[in-house]
Amino acid sequence: MRGVQVSLLVAAFCALSACASKSIYYWGHYEDLLYDMHAKPGTADPGTQVAALTEDIDKAHAQGKPVPPGVHAHLGYVYYQQGNLGSAEQEFQTEKQLFPESTAFIDGLLKRMKRQ
Amino acid sequence: MTTRGGATTFGIGALAFMCSCVAKVDYGPYRAHMPRSILVLPPLNESTAVDAPYTYLSTVSRPLAECGYYVFPVAVIDAFMKDNGLPTPDEMQNVPLTKIKEVIGADAVLYVTIEDWGQKYQVISSTTIVKARARLVDVATGATLWTGTEQLAQGSGGNDIISMLVAALITQIVTSMTDPTHQVSRQAATNMVFNQNNGLLFGPRSPQYESDPRGR
Repeated sequence: MRGVQVSLLVAAFCALSACASKSIYYWGHYEDLLYDMHAKPGTADPGTQVAALTEDIDKAHAQGKPVPPGVHAHLGYVYYQQGNLGSAEQEFQTEKQLFPESTAFIDGLLKRMKRQ
Repeated sequence: MTTRGGATTFGIGALAFMCSCVAKVDYGPYRAHMPRSILVLPPLNESTAVDAPYTYLSTVSRPLAECGYYVFPVAVIDAFMKDNGLPTPDEMQNVPLTKIKEVIGADAVLYVTIEDWGQKYQVISSTTIVKARARLVDVATGATLWTGTEQLAQGSGGNDIISMLVAALITQIVTSMTDPTHQVSRQAATNMVFNQNNGLLFGPRSPQYESDPRGR
């Protein structure tokens, strides 16, 4: 009986704190990839990153949650590293469209990419 | 009578002094130059742990974005700066603000320094420490908008010898698979950003931006 009370209390607390800390964005693997790139060399190669981030973007759309700042730009940069300039440009444009705060930086990246 | 009045005055004075010691942060300049975007540069490192700066860097985007700011993609920025002849955090943090405005277009820069980092081992337990300080600078004026420090020490161990041994064993198993500083860093960065008394103000992309009373 006591156990039931405690678990009810815990459940109520979790429900409350979930309300208080409702996140704006769907985060997925982004920050773990940032960590892996430096802490575990070789585990976050471009192919792995593209797979993880495109999956995250699909899941975000499915849940109706926005993709966090930087994710499309990061994915664009990984495509660029792979030599896939078409997809790179598309991702950079998406970042700019979702976050106009990134315009100066993204325009600079696009200009450099096209010069090469 | 006079003595009593004097004592009261002294009492109020002492109380006022104590209150001011609780460090009421002046959010005026921050509010006046409210940034929409934040550039986080790779941190400087005063600790002996070489992994510290990039581990910390990997944990700051989320709290800053959830606090309502556009956060530039930290790994892309790092690669971009390295491509442009700035191989170390030290050199990156010395880039003039005029250049940052021109090339990146950030409203504010967050300069972070790692002060202490890693696991300190005791006899049968260990403590994981992450200590960092940060400064948010307005790119247009060079004014410091906000400064913060965060120290987080997370220990293994318990009150009695059995639970201490069990905890030490579990920590050892978990530690061999994961890096405890990663999790502690995540918590430290979140605590620093969301501290009610001296954390960052909610930014323009946060649902709490309009209702945040600080600095108004």
